[in-house]
Amino acid sequence: MKHLTSIQRFWISFVLVIPMLIQMLTMPFHWMMPGYTWIALVTTTLIMLVAAVPYWTSAWAAFKHHNANMNTLVAIGTGIAYFYSLFAMITGRAVYFESAAFIAVFILLGDTMEERMHNNASNALKKLLDLQVKSASVLRDGKFVAVPLDQVEVGDIIQVKPGEKVPVDGVITTGKTTIDESMITGESMPVTKKTGDSVVGSTINGDGAIQFRATKVGKDTMLSQIVEMVKKAQTSHAPIQNLTDKISKVFVPTVLSIAIITFVIWYSFLGATAVQAMLFAVAVIVIACPCALGLATPTALMVGTGRAAKMGVLIKDGQALETIDDVKTVVFDKTGTVTVGKPRVTDLVGDKSLVLQTAASLESSSEHPLAKAVMEHAAASGITPEPVGDFRAIEGKGVQATIDGQPAFVGNEKLLADYLIEPAMKQQLTALQDAAKTVILVGRAKRVIGLIAIQDAPKPTSAQAIAELKARGLQTVMLTGDNDRVAQAIAKEVGIDRVIANVLPNEKADHVKALQQEGKVAFVGDGINDAPALTTADVGIAMGSGTDIAIESGSIVLVQNDLRGVVRAIDISKKTFNRIKLNLFWALIYNLIGVPIAAGLFVGFGLQLSPEFAALAMAFSSVSVVTSSLLLNKAKIGGTEPTSAIEQAA
Amino acid sequence: MSQLLVLIIGVILIVALFWWFFGKHTEAAGDATVNDQNQEATIVVKGGYSPSTVVLKKGVPAKVHFDMKDSTACLSHVVFDKLGVNADLTKQPVTTVDIPTDKATEYNFACGMDMFHGKVIVK
Ligand SMILES: [Cu+2]
Repeated sequence: MKHLTSIQRFWISFVLVIPMLIQMLTMPFHWMMPGYTWIALVTTTLIMLVAAVPYWTSAWAAFKHHNANMNTLVAIGTGIAYFYSLFAMITGRAVYFESAAFIAVFILLGDTMEERMHNNASNALKKLLDLQVKSASVLRDGKFVAVPLDQVEVGDIIQVKPGEKVPVDGVITTGKTTIDESMITGESMPVTKKTGDSVVGSTINGDGAIQFRATKVGKDTMLSQIVEMVKKAQTSHAPIQNLTDKISKVFVPTVLSIAIITFVIWYSFLGATAVQAMLFAVAVIVIACPCALGLATPTALMVGTGRAAKMGVLIKDGQALETIDDVKTVVFDKTGTVTVGKPRVTDLVGDKSLVLQTAASLESSSEHPLAKAVMEHAAASGITPEPVGDFRAIEGKGVQATIDGQPAFVGNEKLLADYLIEPAMKQQLTALQDAAKTVILVGRAKRVIGLIAIQDAPKPTSAQAIAELKARGLQTVMLTGDNDRVAQAIAKEVGIDRVIANVLPNEKADHVKALQQEGKVAFVGDGINDAPALTTADVGIAMGSGTDIAIESGSIVLVQNDLRGVVRAIDISKKTFNRIKLNLFWALIYNLIGVPIAAGLFVGFGLQLSPEFAALAMAFSSVSVVTSSLLLNKAKIGGTEPTSAIEQAA
Repeated sequence: MSQLLVLIIGVILIVALFWWFFGKHTEAAGDATVNDQNQEATIVVKGGYSPSTVVLKKGVPAKVHFDMKDSTACLSHVVFDKLGVNADLTKQPVTTVDIPTDKATEYNFACGMDMFHGKVIVK
């Protein structure tokens, strides 16, 4: 009988229990089924074989290991009711076969439903894996041929026709298209892609045909890594589970003791008959359900992290989910997190071509992002750098060199101490800085000849995200290496409360530590130098577009390069954690109320539970916990779309 | 008279219960069978895990087989939280879980309801 599934067991038992059900329903009309006792004996014995014996063997094996669990309770409950009835039948007393039968059927019903819902809860993961395509059209010997996905190698050139799925991660070599990346990022707008842009496996190509070079295959693809992360999150332990672990260790022996005490009190002190006392004791054993307690956390974690993944928020474990509930402050790295991270030249002051020519010549070998912005702008304006001599860095201020035998320099405003600037230009400098722009001073000989203003604009969604975070009562802080003026201007634009400027890269973690004095801190960042801060913060939130080190250090990863993900992460975590607490409360209160009722504490008020109703209630409790977890799929999560005018007015 | 007898038996039963479930009972850890290339260990799932602790050797690729001999819902899944494994044991008689042995550590596992526990020690 091992090969029967619990649903098959349930249906067999259900059919067998029908005669007893009929008898129970007709009881009020004083109708007795002819030969009822014999029918009950046969059907109940069969039900025991199909439904209860697995519990008996499992409970016995557990008992030998000094273990006790829900199976122990089911086994003892059904066993006592069944074997007592056998004894009663032989000795000509009233039988309770239906109690044994109904307990077994209801428990099976609970098991079956719970199994169903459990499968439902783990579906998110399966859906993710189903996104993968089976084969790719790969260039082999000059022709595109269909190759199974697991044989695609890094470096292969792959063709994707309009409407097809991108098979693996890579970089476009030819073609231009739009791609629907919603399955990975949660963002519903298709993204335009051209040669040199990266594509992600399992996303859907729009109306253009492209060819791309595979950069990541198999286990290294973004989708595989997401699946791996979600898997770990779904099975991870939340710290709150330590409580249930402690309770579940003592749960069953305690319940058994309460049942014995119930029997003794009813029989020895209240003058009940042995049978009445037994029915109370059995009801206690059957109603107590450690399952609901055990299921409360894992099911909610599974649904919550799965839902989060669908929205592009990867929560690494239950710990992160629990901690974020207490977070008071959210700290942002500026560049690439709040802002786009690609500085561009916005203004040129002075003789434009001369200024740009000078700056480009001096900065041509620099790797600094600001220098890159200058070089890009110069290239776009058709200016080629001139050779320079005597190249020298001015510590913390800029660089200087000679062009055509004439000294020239490029750098920040600290250079003003050594060089001359016209008052008009000085005014423009201040105006540009007030507009959140970083200004580079360009000079020849001893004089500043012009200014280059560079700006890294905030992402279009940053302001909305910050507003939503503030609406949740969180303090927002921005950390940046930029000067105070620029930082303040950006912060003002997106609505960030507090700015800590002029921070050296290695000081970020120290500032996070200082902020932790006021309460738990979440840090949002993307760069290599953010890794220590991500680890130091109570919750590290890494931008998925960031470096591998940042992603490794974060306990939450946002697939999409968008701050609204922070709002989503906080919302889904809070909702999930609250659901866990609700489940635990429900499971505990259920036992705290159910057990005394079953023990007959409220018989004086006419409140009493027969063993079969106790079994129904117990089956219902674990099902309700799983259902409650599944409802997380319907919970409202912020950070998805701009708040409507109506909601803002409300 | 019978009332007194039931009272006495009840007290004895409760004491016995606590001794049996909370007293000190040792259980032997299972060792894996090792050859040059790999190592394997089998855990029988029946009303719990026996053995509930398995010791593996570091550096040798390892497989742990779960031999399902229980047909109740509680033990139908085995979960290794650190490994992201949540395996359904009812799909086939023996389910195999690969254990990384690159570093000495402990992997706890539990049933789907977190009621039965066991661990795999790599050393
Ligand atoms: Cu259970």
